Amino acid sequence: MPAHDVLIIGAGLAGQRAALAAAQAGASVAIMSKVHPVRSHSVAAAGGINAALNPGDSWESHAYDTVKGSDYLGDQDAIEIMCRAAPEEILHLEHMGVTFHRSDSGHLGTRAFGGASAARTYYVADITGQAILHVLYEQLMKHHETVDRYEEWFTTTLLQDDEGKCIGCIARDIRSGELEIFNAKSVILASGGAGQVFKPTTNALICTGDGIAQAYRIGAALMDMEMIQYHPTTLAENGFLITEGARGEGAHLYNALGERFMERYAPNKLELASRDVVSRAEQTEINEGRGFPDGTIALDITKVPRKRVLEALREIVNIGRDFAGVDITREPIHIKPGMHYIMGGVKTDIHGQTAIPGLYAAGEVACVSVHGGNRLGANSLLDTLIFGRRSGEHAAGRARGTAMPKAPASLLHDAHSEIGAIVKREPSTGSRRISEIKEELGTTMNRYVAVYRDAEGLATAHEIVRRLKEEAPRATIDDKGTVFNQDVLAAIELDYMLDCAEAIVVAAEERKESRGAQFRTDFPERNDGDWLHHITISRNGTDVPRKGTAPVTITQWEPQERTY
Amino acid sequence: MAQYTLRLRRYDPQSRQAPYWEDFDVELDPHRSVLEAILKVKAETDGSVGIRCSCRAAICGSCGVKINGRAGLACHTHLDKAAGSGVRADGRTIMVEPMGNMPVLKDLIVDMDAVHWKKIRRVTPWLIAREPVPEREYVVPHENMVDVTQTMACIQCGACVSDCLSMEVDPLFVGPAASAKAYRFVGDPRDARHKERLDDLAQDPHGIYDCTHCFNCIEACPKGVAPMSQIMRLRRVAGSDHHITDRNNGHRHEQAFNSLIRGYGLLHEAELLPRSYGGDSWFGKFHPAAGAELLDSLPSIVRAVARGKVSPKGALFGHRLGRADLNQVQSIFDKVEGEEQRHELNLYITGYEDEDLVKAASEEERGPHA
Repeated sequence: MPAHDVLIIGAGLAGQRAALAAAQAGASVAIMSKVHPVRSHSVAAAGGINAALNPGDSWESHAYDTVKGSDYLGDQDAIEIMCRAAPEEILHLEHMGVTFHRSDSGHLGTRAFGGASAARTYYVADITGQAILHVLYEQLMKHHETVDRYEEWFTTTLLQDDEGKCIGCIARDIRSGELEIFNAKSVILASGGAGQVFKPTTNALICTGDGIAQAYRIGAALMDMEMIQYHPTTLAENGFLITEGARGEGAHLYNALGERFMERYAPNKLELASRDVVSRAEQTEINEGRGFPDGTIALDITKVPRKRVLEALREIVNIGRDFAGVDITREPIHIKPGMHYIMGGVKTDIHGQTAIPGLYAAGEVACVSVHGGNRLGANSLLDTLIFGRRSGEHAAGRARGTAMPKAPASLLHDAHSEIGAIVKREPSTGSRRISEIKEELGTTMNRYVAVYRDAEGLATAHEIVRRLKEEAPRATIDDKGTVFNQDVLAAIELDYMLDCAEAIVVAAEERKESRGAQFRTDFPERNDGDWLHHITISRNGTDVPRKGTAPVTITQWEPQERTY
Repeated sequence: MAQYTLRLRRYDPQSRQAPYWEDFDVELDPHRSVLEAILKVKAETDGSVGIRCSCRAAICGSCGVKINGRAGLACHTHLDKAAGSGVRADGRTIMVEPMGNMPVLKDLIVDMDAVHWKKIRRVTPWLIAREPVPEREYVVPHENMVDVTQTMACIQCGACVSDCLSMEVDPLFVGPAASAKAYRFVGDPRDARHKERLDDLAQDPHGIYDCTHCFNCIEACPKGVAPMSQIMRLRRVAGSDHHITDRNNGHRHEQAFNSLIRGYGLLHEAELLPRSYGGDSWFGKFHPAAGAELLDSLPSIVRAVARGKVSPKGALFGHRLGRADLNQVQSIFDKVEGEEQRHELNLYITGYEDEDLVKAASEEERGPHA
């Protein structure tokens, strides 16, 4: 039975950063992921990472932009911590080997990004997430003696002792199908978001909300789950992301009439208003008949000099060519808002601690909340790294004063039976394939829980999610083997996704106002009097989840009207 | 919509059956990807088909497979292109099998750790930072960072490893992906161990001189990393900048090529061997290792003469181009070697994949003479 001071579940940026920080603090560390670490979805983060490092810029300015971007739902203590720590983190990454873009003088160079009052986004072409993720993995290979890697291990359950403390997990070695108990003094969830709940989404197939559901099931509260970010520039056919870096480099948006419509919605920041604003503007244009016949808007990158595009936006040149048949350096590409990010997640404090003792969360799986109602572009990488590091350090500190727990082996038996039951499911009349249920879930969420929402649509979505929850346990699988049985994992992931979906819908129904990414056509105004607080969601057996509230922490920026 | 036959290489290690082909009919738009076709089969017909995949957009590097015999990403290969390539090329059949040079675990899933990652770990794959570490960032030229970005663009999919011919012959060869990873540090001015890294890879009999320039890795790479070009750059930096003379004779062999082409305009095979061991000196012919290798090669030489592929005279004295042609060859050498900086092609700098830019560049070049 493996035992470690700190067990980290998920090996994207948050997980790897947490592992390195915990190891540096002297802890024995295990990092576990259902995919090889460099396949984690952090790899897809394109545009960059924010930090107020330039002379003349300040962390206060960065923090204010973030607070405003969050539509005042972000917790300002956490935002302050993140923005203050950002410059040091960039330099730390630079010293570790990240190949950040340089200006002609050889110093770090920046690009502009949405919702920011200064160009403070540091980047590596448009593969920033990939570059950072691979450099962190270089460090994991370097520190292999202090960090044990469990690559392609799928966590099925978080374990608790009699007092409710989290003491590890049960995981399945995907290669062999063997189940194993992992004991740990502290557990950090860093397993990313839940984009697959929606279809289409920019998110990878692995983003199935595992960590959010695992924490929820053992009693941790979720927060801000209604806040789903639709990214303004995704490909219509498959939801692929076109980085905000394109607009940062100077690309414009046009409707079918050739109007640069952002002039009407955000006269100052135009295309570089915050994402919720731009996505809503696009959706309004489309809904009011000024989009293209395929329900899209044109993104014109030809404004950007070709040499610059090839150097700084090469990845989207490739995506345009390979997945849309468009040479973006010569003609506009058609895009629309697409599901991209979940601001909500497992509620944590500023150290990454959840309501469950011994359980931490960091990155997209968590909700600190630094993003509130809407995340600024290039703040998510920062979030993963700052709160990954802080969680790793705090979890290592906690481990120092804790005895190594030992989960009873009988738990393994239960886990075996659960998986055995999935494998043994027999098709019955009316039982559908997992893929069919997943498809219905994704299209439902994208139809009713998207940019514009109302009570009726949300009620319909909730009804469908409840029905799918009842149906899911009967969905059959084809693979009866143990080696790389992806079928059985898909069945477990579907259950995770349905838990996440219900939390999202219930929170969206609850918030009867429009703030950040949540726009209710039946309550179109922001209402600070009644709704300037977080909505929490907790599990309530198999019944509809329990709703609660949590205060928003305000330090120095009182809510104001939000215009760009 | 179009009809395709997806012919998948199946293998279930628990079945005690040998690998076999299984056909699935798939209807999809021709511009959809091979991965989408496989996922459709998984979703609708057989969920037990094993393939690693995640991002669907050629960023995560999970879905490396062989499609009609060539390695690539399933998500990055259009159905129409796949069906029109390879031996069959009937516009309908798409054969998908696991990548080569790595053990198969199940269906299309290979053991990357046993081969690919093991080789990556072999090249000390982390920055050994130059001291002193500055308080702020390292101040380094813009061009250097853009330059190493080409190798940072590697997504570790293993396609180059799969199709590497040298690795097929010598499984210990460090290989294209790990070499590109090595260049990521050798080209990074912040790294303190350029010479040690290069010496290590040059002296290793399975190192950078084990590559036979077959270009397979360049064709297989879905991200334009051009691993073979990175290997050639490692050699140039090792030999020309750090004057590393390796015990594999790799650098001297390259120099011998150069000096022969410069002198003859054509390769003079009989001279290549002695020069590779003894350099340009006439006495090089008597280098003991050259003699040993000559003896070793004798059967091939005899066979080549017997079949009329070479004449004894041609083999011994070589061909030399006429004076006018030779002058032109030599002027190329003079021009390239006379430049202050060595020309290095880089995707992010030159965009050399781009025909228009190449055209524009060559027009610019011709400009002053026109």
